[in-house]
Amino acid sequence: MVGMGVALIFIILLATSIGSVSIPVGTTASILADKLPGIDILQTWSDTSATIVLDIRLPRVILAGLVGAALAIAGATYQGLFRNPLADPYLIGVAQGASLGAVIGFLMPMAWNVAAFGAIPIFAFIGAIVSTTIVYLLARRGKTLPVTTLILAGVALSALLSSVVSYLVIFSGSKLHSIIFWLMGSFSGAQWSEVLVVLPYVVVGTTIIIIFARMLNVMQLDEEQAQQLGVNVETLKIILLAAATLITAASVSFVGTIGFVGIIIPHTVRLIWGADHRYLLPLSIMTGAIFMILTDLISRTVMAPTEIPIGVITAICGAPFFLYLLRRRTKAIF
Amino acid sequence: MKTELEMRQVTLGYGHYTVMKDVTFKASPGEMVGLIGPNGSGKSTIIKALSRLLNPRKGKVMVGGREIGTIGRRELACLVGVVPQLPLLPSTFTAFEIVLMGRNPHLKLFQTESKHDWDLTRTTMKKTGTEKLANRYVNELSGGEIQSLLIARVLVQETKAILLDEPTANLDIGRQGEILDLIKNLCHGENLTVLAAVHDLNLAAQYCDRLILIHEGRIYSQGTPSEVITDKNIKEVYGAENCVYTHPANGLPTVLLSAHANMKNNRHM
Repeated sequence: MVGMGVALIFIILLATSIGSVSIPVGTTASILADKLPGIDILQTWSDTSATIVLDIRLPRVILAGLVGAALAIAGATYQGLFRNPLADPYLIGVAQGASLGAVIGFLMPMAWNVAAFGAIPIFAFIGAIVSTTIVYLLARRGKTLPVTTLILAGVALSALLSSVVSYLVIFSGSKLHSIIFWLMGSFSGAQWSEVLVVLPYVVVGTTIIIIFARMLNVMQLDEEQAQQLGVNVETLKIILLAAATLITAASVSFVGTIGFVGIIIPHTVRLIWGADHRYLLPLSIMTGAIFMILTDLISRTVMAPTEIPIGVITAICGAPFFLYLLRRRTKAIF
Repeated sequence: MKTELEMRQVTLGYGHYTVMKDVTFKASPGEMVGLIGPNGSGKSTIIKALSRLLNPRKGKVMVGGREIGTIGRRELACLVGVVPQLPLLPSTFTAFEIVLMGRNPHLKLFQTESKHDWDLTRTTMKKTGTEKLANRYVNELSGGEIQSLLIARVLVQETKAILLDEPTANLDIGRQGEILDLIKNLCHGENLTVLAAVHDLNLAAQYCDRLILIHEGRIYSQGTPSEVITDKNIKEVYGAENCVYTHPANGLPTVLLSAHANMKNNRHM
């Protein structure tokens, strides 16, 4: 786990150095270290380099890391909670809700710039929360929340919402291109203000989920046995669903619905390190962050200055690696 | 603290379907009580109600003199442990990890298993003959091995009362004896309350101090094995005639089937 932490820091440095203006890794490290409290390094770099590193690249790299971490741990949580390897963070309507919200946002008059980052994320976030709340209310039976009903309600509502999205996209006229790009996900133009909004959700959400990691292990037995072993199954489901859904909603609202990460990263971690949630969850966070930073690096450098949508890169790079792991698998996934 | 299990005029059911009515019984510490009855008579339903997986429609379900609904899940899991009927276990855990989960109710939210928990798990696995399975993944184990693991898990849970749902259904005759001896010794030695749904009438008669016979959604008879397992009761409840004998070694009732007279005639035709 420490190794993964070191790797994550190194990847952040590397990704911050690479770009249209190449800055040596050593210089990047110095610029970043200089900003840390208590460290003062003699300035050997130009102010432009500092601006590129600190205001353009670093927020983007950090946002990518946060979103990767959020989607990976949310995916691991859903898979554990539903005891279903096909579960991903978008299973109960987050993505389609966010998409619909975002598309409505795009179709609104441009004057709606309520916050530093524009209106789209706010619309997307509201869409995600409203749609998952509807799914939750539909699936609820008295005091219990049957998992199968929840999944089916999520799938059905997602289908409904995505057809509405398709309809709106077709008739979106001149905004078609930007909507499609948003839907495929992108970190371009990431700002510190976005990082600061996403960060608290991800920190609080992941902390809550990790606290309940042992309970999530017991939940793997089945709900009846978990109750007989002292787990308050219904309460746990609501807490974990709320935490995972909020971090997913916060992430997709800013960067669009990036697929693949949430389902594949947790499985990759299971294949390499095993399925105990006390390791699975923290390792998913780090693996997800590293994977997302690397894929974002690829998406902005390979065809520079054109950016490839990140959703395309995640699957192109991730799928072959995952299939390779699956073939030489040593550990059971489910 | 002693934990007795009690039901007072309890009605149990699922949705609109009523499984049992007017169930009243008590199981006390140091006593091994067997639930017997035909398939689908409601043995497992009683076990579910006593572990609060099912709320009673009417009447009171009591654990240690308190109504079960007033006891929190975690506290209840420290009082009452359950061996479920052959569940599917996730293939990603080793046998040791499954048994260690028995410590879950004793751990607070931020606690992790201590050395004590690990040692207890190890010694219990030795006691139940499951220590050689410790590092195996549970999807590789046989039904009997899983059943032994679940018994180890309930012992690790260190509860004052244990509910068992068909604890020996998948065990061979040697293991059946071992496991039931172990449970009976604990019951009498440590003063545990044991309530077991047992399919096999002979095992029930041999090992239980008291039996509760369930028939058509009600308690048909309860008492010592000799009082409950009689020719009349077995005929009424199971429809099998004249099959209760006396065990040659200890005088307890024994049920032996003989091939039916009509069947014999048919074969000779």
